[in-house]
Amino acid sequence: MLENIRLSFKGIWSHKMRSFLTMLGIIIGIAAIIAIVSTIEGTNEQIKENIIGSGDNTVDISLYQGDWIYEMGYEGIPAGVPVINEDILEEIKDIPHVVEASVYLSRQDYEGVYYLNTSLSGGYIMGVDENYFSTCNYIIQKGRGFTEKDYTEFHKVAILDRDSAEALFQGEEPIGKTVEIKKEPYIVIGVVTEAQEFEPVINSIDDYYTYAEDSAGRVYIPDSTWPIIYQFDEPQNLVLQVESTDDMTDVGKEGASILNAYLNVSDDTIKYRAEDLLEQAKQIQQLSESTNSMLIWIAGISLIVGGIGVMNIMLVSVTERTQEIGLKKAIGARKSNILGQFLTEAAVLTSLGGIIGVATGIALAEVISKVTEMPVAISIPAAVASVVFSMIIGLIFGMLPSYKAANLDPIEALRRE
Amino acid sequence: MILDLQHIYKDYNQDKLVVPVLKDITLQIAEGEYVAIMGPSGSGKTTLMNIIGCLDKPTSGEFYLEDMDILKLKDKELSSVRLNSIGFVFQSFHLMPRETALENVSLPLSYAGVKKKERKERALKALERVGLEDRATFMPTQLSGGQKQRVAIARAMVNNPKILLADEPTGALDSKSGAQIMELFQKLNDEGVTIVMITHDQNIARHAKRIYNIIDGEISEEIREEEHREEV
Repeated sequence: MLENIRLSFKGIWSHKMRSFLTMLGIIIGIAAIIAIVSTIEGTNEQIKENIIGSGDNTVDISLYQGDWIYEMGYEGIPAGVPVINEDILEEIKDIPHVVEASVYLSRQDYEGVYYLNTSLSGGYIMGVDENYFSTCNYIIQKGRGFTEKDYTEFHKVAILDRDSAEALFQGEEPIGKTVEIKKEPYIVIGVVTEAQEFEPVINSIDDYYTYAEDSAGRVYIPDSTWPIIYQFDEPQNLVLQVESTDDMTDVGKEGASILNAYLNVSDDTIKYRAEDLLEQAKQIQQLSESTNSMLIWIAGISLIVGGIGVMNIMLVSVTERTQEIGLKKAIGARKSNILGQFLTEAAVLTSLGGIIGVATGIALAEVISKVTEMPVAISIPAAVASVVFSMIIGLIFGMLPSYKAANLDPIEALRRE
Repeated sequence: MILDLQHIYKDYNQDKLVVPVLKDITLQIAEGEYVAIMGPSGSGKTTLMNIIGCLDKPTSGEFYLEDMDILKLKDKELSSVRLNSIGFVFQSFHLMPRETALENVSLPLSYAGVKKKERKERALKALERVGLEDRATFMPTQLSGGQKQRVAIARAMVNNPKILLADEPTGALDSKSGAQIMELFQKLNDEGVTIVMITHDQNIARHAKRIYNIIDGEISEEIREEEHREEV
């Protein structure tokens, strides 16, 4: 076997040009695949990074109607939706990997918040409990947070996030100012920001839709004051903080199903559902993967063409080396020896092409990343799989020439002088 | 008898025409003999050699080699007979052009499954036997015709076969190199190797102890009186 590999390298080296041209098909195919896979991996890595950064491992569970978040503005309060009390919350907190859970109310109101004549268009009004900011990993950047008194005495105080502070006050100091929320005056007591500042990298329109929500402004008020501006007993949302990004999906599903057990609505399209970014990102990843897997198939065709090239050259090589084969058989080589020699040669040739292809592909991916500023990640398993795959191509397409060589009649073969 | 051919016939089919090449060949060679089979081209001597060398099968007849019924053996078994019992020497040497002398000689050992280290040792010993131990790392192109043929003989002998089968071993050599080869054959024969040599050259055939003539596919042993073997 080692002997065969040594002989193969010798043979390849003695016909450098021919060997290179033979390998070219394989090289191009593998290089294309590696470049595509690296780009996919890079994009996926980035999507995941965006989520870890933007979501801080939090999962939102909200009431949905069909595929959309239940819209209070149009529908009114649906009957049979429970108030999430302490007991339910405790049950949720007992789900493995849940670090913290918090209840909040939320509405997107286009003309809901004003400071003087400036409105926060498209912003969210959020009624939150005491734990909300810690659950979401927010910190008070300026001013103060909500106190117990704010809740029990129904203080009309508001906390802004940086986006809404910027949109409403445009650089002016917001603390102590009064904003109008649904025609009710609220005093701004603080500004919150994410504990870890993070700007998601937006590469595509899908990314934009996924992360845009984060940059819309939010205005937080104590949830006890919610009925002042809206109504009592509106459906609540849950936000869970989980231990790691990988737990997000499972915990979200579990949480939603616990809440759904308490649900007693006539419209069965109304259900709690976890909206975690990981799931969304996975969908984006799947989308990009399915387009790219088409590309991989196309690159795969070039590998088959490359394999046919190898077969062709091997057939020529068998004809050229008829005498050598004849002699080897005469001095005692078995069919299997000859078969092994030629199969090894084909496999070595294509594996070498595969290795060169991987190197070229990595270089290509780096160039793509430099030119398009798209991230790339080199996948070691993909590289190994590519080389193994090219070896298999060599074995498959080397089969016919090798059988031909092994079955040569030694007399005929030796006679050709 | 190390080689025992009984009533061997060989026909070739050419455009529905049956061409008889060998007709009723009966030939017995004992171990340690030195035999030449002589005949002009087209006489069927190469076909006979291919049959003796287990490369070809006769149309009919019987053939025993070291008491093995060769005609009943399978492809794989024939390979191992060629590997272990027969050493081939050809007119045009048939060395692997990109391999050194040593690698060429060790080729049959690799088919015999000999380990690498032992392979090298035995190949060197075989080269020593033909007086070329100092040429072990030479490529065939760096060797003279006579040296190439000696490398080929070393390759044929490396597995210590009992029979050396030579097809016009001096056909591509000048007379001086040819004489060296003949000396080497004599030496091997003295060491007990059975030599069967196919040639059309009477001067070469004369080195053998027995000569068969083959003409138009029919064989006859040359009865000859005592003569001088030294002249070439």
